[in-house]
Amino acid sequence: MALLEVKDLKVRVEEREILHGLTLTVNEGEIHAIMGPNGSGKSTLSHVIAGKPGYEVTDGQILFKGEDLLEMSPDERAAKGVFLAFQYPVEIPGVATMTFLRTALNAQRKARGESEYSTPDFLKKVREVSKSLNIPQDMLKRGVNVGFSGGEKKRNEVLQMALFEPSLCILDEMDSGLDIDALRIAADGVNALHSPKRAMVVITHYQRLLNYIVPDFVHVMSKGRVVKSGGKELALELEESGYAQFEDAA
Amino acid sequence: MNVAVAKTGKGRAVSDLFTSAEGRLPGSPSVIAVRREAFETYERLGLPHRRIEEWKYTDLRALVGEVLPLAAAPDAAALKRAADAVKAHAIAGARKLVLVDGVFVADLSDVKALTAEAGVKTSRETLEKDAGLLQTASTDAVIALNAAMATDGVVLSIADGAQLSAPIQVIHIATASSASAFTRSQVAIGKGVRATIVESFVAAGAKAYQINDAVLVTVGDDADVAHIRLMDDAPDALNVTSHFVTVGANVKFNFFNMTTGAAVSRLQGFITLAGEGSELSANGVNLLQKTEHGDTTLVVDHAVPNCVSREVFRAVIDDRAHSVFQGRIIVRPDAQKTDGKMMTRALLLSDEAEADNKPELEIFADDVSCGHGATAGALDDSLLFYLKARGLPEKQAQALLIQAFVGEAVEQIADDVLREHVIGIAERWLERRS
Repeated sequence: MALLEVKDLKVRVEEREILHGLTLTVNEGEIHAIMGPNGSGKSTLSHVIAGKPGYEVTDGQILFKGEDLLEMSPDERAAKGVFLAFQYPVEIPGVATMTFLRTALNAQRKARGESEYSTPDFLKKVREVSKSLNIPQDMLKRGVNVGFSGGEKKRNEVLQMALFEPSLCILDEMDSGLDIDALRIAADGVNALHSPKRAMVVITHYQRLLNYIVPDFVHVMSKGRVVKSGGKELALELEESGYAQFEDAA
Repeated sequence: MNVAVAKTGKGRAVSDLFTSAEGRLPGSPSVIAVRREAFETYERLGLPHRRIEEWKYTDLRALVGEVLPLAAAPDAAALKRAADAVKAHAIAGARKLVLVDGVFVADLSDVKALTAEAGVKTSRETLEKDAGLLQTASTDAVIALNAAMATDGVVLSIADGAQLSAPIQVIHIATASSASAFTRSQVAIGKGVRATIVESFVAAGAKAYQINDAVLVTVGDDADVAHIRLMDDAPDALNVTSHFVTVGANVKFNFFNMTTGAAVSRLQGFITLAGEGSELSANGVNLLQKTEHGDTTLVVDHAVPNCVSREVFRAVIDDRAHSVFQGRIIVRPDAQKTDGKMMTRALLLSDEAEADNKPELEIFADDVSCGHGATAGALDDSLLFYLKARGLPEKQAQALLIQAFVGEAVEQIADDVLREHVIGIAERWLERRS
């Protein structure tokens, strides 16, 4: 069984159809890159998979481990193992990062019927994970993403990915707002978390991210559909010739 | 309002609310005369209503209707319930002074432990001697009614230089349903004192009761005082509380109010900065649900130069509840170099929730820095989605954001144990949300 199956998905936002029948299959352990010009529907796809309100699915389905994802609330999806790394992680003043991490991790565990972490066990786990990702402890002492640089926000997303251990990670335009050093650090974190059991869907406008996170498959989106799929060489081809050819195809 | 009228010996009309209570009210004949006069003031004014500017948003005539008869003195069963309530609501390490249905109960209080650090008397015994405790500058009807009807309270005096080793917690417990309790307390804080006074209002099985409390506080020069009021009365109760605070010079006075209960409540605080160089921090949180109406009205009077006042208020309003914040800063002509700021924010959790903010600056000096701000809004959807996408169910995500919203006010409480106690009350309020 595929980990994620998106079948002929049609999605509207305020009466306007954004996805016109999108199909995508992701298996365990695979890294997929979804590329495409602005407005092609890349981020819409990631939002619909995560369950963001405001999108109306008019046709098609999304199965995750064989279950109907569209029937689940966003928190249920998270507990099942779906993780969306946000393009722009929000700042939440007044919520301490540690409180947030512990509350989220325990909420997911509770939803799965697993025992919740005690405070000492949780602290131990966070310390291990943040150390392995080279995340400074003082970042954890602040409010969630408050005053974080673009790079720090993305590292915080990677930290959560490591902590929650999802089976599907969707990275939405992870490279936006990052300089090349910050991008490498964040990409190193993602690579460290890739495993035969964990699949990654990397959404990006630019090929450069794929120098750091090497995909097994590349899909080109244009006007709400996947118009071409191939291996990692497709990304290089795009870098050469741009998206224009596909816009005509779509 | 009670309209049944009886004639007194002197031919004056006094409602049976007062005459039926008179036998239980402490005081010599001269004190009773003062009470009678106060009651006549109340009778003349009646319960405050919308046409009285200060009560525009809290029309007691419409919201309450009538004043209930005085609660009977608590019997053994009531005291047993009260003892359980004390256990449930006591702050760890605090010295307790307990008032049950408006009557001081020594057996539930830590008078002995307190007397080493502070003078403790009851209002009852104080009022037997003279009417001083009944005097306030206000002509407000509910305060006049309180002066007429107050059965008891605590009279604390903390000597110059005393450094209290533990907070004092005055716990008001209601055990009697469909009855009212009137309390009036006094706290005289000496120079250089360091003290924390907490007042808690809770119910022990009582329903549909009414509380009218008044507290008179004086703070001596160089003192460092925290005054915290936690009103968690029954959901169908009424609580009207009036504070009169006079602050000396070079004082740090930190006030915090939290409203988590009562169908109708109003805290009206009148704080006068009467000595130079003092810093007032006045903060509060209203957490309201169902059809609750919670009013915080604060008048900060800068009577002298060089004082700082900071006010941070937060209201979280669910269902069809209604929160009122009225904040007035007065800067007298001589009060140059006054620095007064007031910020109030309301979080509306439902389309039918209502918030009224009325900031007022009355500035008569020309070299001052004063300002106020007010906002009202809903929870941020993008923050909610982020939390849900991380596995927090809707209710829990909302709770986390609500706690963050009130955090800025709650953080003003310096003491860790007290702050945790307050957060605990907020958490129980969040659990009660439907």
